[in-house]
Amino acid sequence: MKVEDKLALNKFNIDREVHIRVEEGKCGGCDFKPCIYACPAECYVLHPDGHVTFSYEGCLECGSCRFSCEKGAIDWVNPRGGFGVCYQYG
Amino acid sequence: MDIFDAIVVGAGPAGCGAAYTMAKAGLNILVLERGQYVGAKNMWGGAFFGPVMNELFPGFWKEAPVERHISRHVISFMTKEDCLSVDFKSPHRDYDTAPGFIILRAKFDRWMGGKVEEAGAIIATGLEVTDFIFEENVIKGVKVGDEEFLAHVVILADGVNSLLATKARLRGDFKAGDLKQGVKEVIRLPREVIEDRFSVEGNEGVVMEFVGACTRGLPGGGFIYTNQESLSVGVVAQLSALVEKKVKSADLIEDFKNHPAVRPLIRNGQTVEYSAHLIPVSGVQMMPKLYADGILIVGDAAAMVLGTGLILEGANFAMAAGAAAGETVLQAREKGNYTAAALGHYEQLLKDRFVLKDLQTFRRAPHFLENPRIYNAYPELACGLMRNIFHSDGKPRKNTFEVLRTSMQGKVGLWQMMTDAMNARKAL
Repeated sequence: MKVEDKLALNKFNIDREVHIRVEEGKCGGCDFKPCIYACPAECYVLHPDGHVTFSYEGCLECGSCRFSCEKGAIDWVNPRGGFGVCYQYG
Repeated sequence: MDIFDAIVVGAGPAGCGAAYTMAKAGLNILVLERGQYVGAKNMWGGAFFGPVMNELFPGFWKEAPVERHISRHVISFMTKEDCLSVDFKSPHRDYDTAPGFIILRAKFDRWMGGKVEEAGAIIATGLEVTDFIFEENVIKGVKVGDEEFLAHVVILADGVNSLLATKARLRGDFKAGDLKQGVKEVIRLPREVIEDRFSVEGNEGVVMEFVGACTRGLPGGGFIYTNQESLSVGVVAQLSALVEKKVKSADLIEDFKNHPAVRPLIRNGQTVEYSAHLIPVSGVQMMPKLYADGILIVGDAAAMVLGTGLILEGANFAMAAGAAAGETVLQAREKGNYTAAALGHYEQLLKDRFVLKDLQTFRRAPHFLENPRIYNAYPELACGLMRNIFHSDGKPRKNTFEVLRTSMQGKVGLWQMMTDAMNARKAL
């Protein structure tokens, strides 16, 4: 089962305001790309040309990316109150 | 503006434990929860030991949404194909004597939030605390965007990602090496199917833990918990190891679900939720300053988690710490003194009770559990030994010790094994 299909089962209240910002300028010098492997929701996608794109919509708010990035490229806060993932089971 | 006796940030087990203790004693308590409802952001594996919860909410199982009480523990070594288990069954006819409870956090915490409100606390949901109000470097309350809330003391129960803990200068950020990442699927199955497959009756439940191939040899493990009409199935792995070895938890959980020992248990199940969470696992070594003027920190935000491979404590510690923080505030209020000196009572309570004692007893466990042989060599050895014993090639058999010796070849040396056993004795 693909991650995107799993995320489609979750209840999200998606904010229009982005809560995680990635400074792509800092990603250039990073060969390691830990964010790709850290994120359990596959919000970080590595493209064939080596650059990483990020989408916040499926974020499970675990915090793994911010603890993994050594370049300080991830500006991480929680979504605004009431927004983001809403676990039904947890 | 009203000044609350205390503001609690976060309505998880720690926050609810603290708020309930204080509200019950008549204090004026505000709980600020960022989720849309209590429990919306809360996720875990699945089970806790009963006593602390029972002390806070006597007979809670009579009304709380408990999934099942634990009557069976299965611990398994797993290789790519094989699985060797220790299966301990200790049936309990009723909840009163059950050693532990399986719950789903979001459902259970909603109930617990209700109890906290019944006790007189105000829980405001959908509010994310963004900062503190400082007055001459002392915390006097919190900010939610432009809104300000004043209190004599703030209890931080905002979980492993607590950005406020660093703002309060209680700690720096946690490190990836001190964190494990858990991912979980809730998989729906009919009640009777669960009871038949897991050989339990009525409200009995099973906790299964797996070590080995389920994390591709990385520190961590797999788990299955039986809920009433679903299974909680997941994998936990050290965050730094995932990144270093370029392994995704999302792949680990798929492999785990497809393992020959797991696949039949979840067959025809329907996944209904996918969740993830970080666990602070380095115990006392990563624990922050627990209090300062006008502030206390509890639960995951303070790294109050213990994992020894056999014992898993998190929510239980969180509730106990919450209660201890609540009692500390009650005492501080009597004296009208909320300085660090007065709030230090909290640390003393944790030392006197089991939380800091257990973390101290098992302080070597986190380091011991980083030994890669636990996740590679030993599962291979254990399963290999079984395979060799139960294999017949039509030739004369060797004695069992000889089989063990052959099984060990290329996996682990005798001396290494003895050293590991000695370290296990010290750590666990």
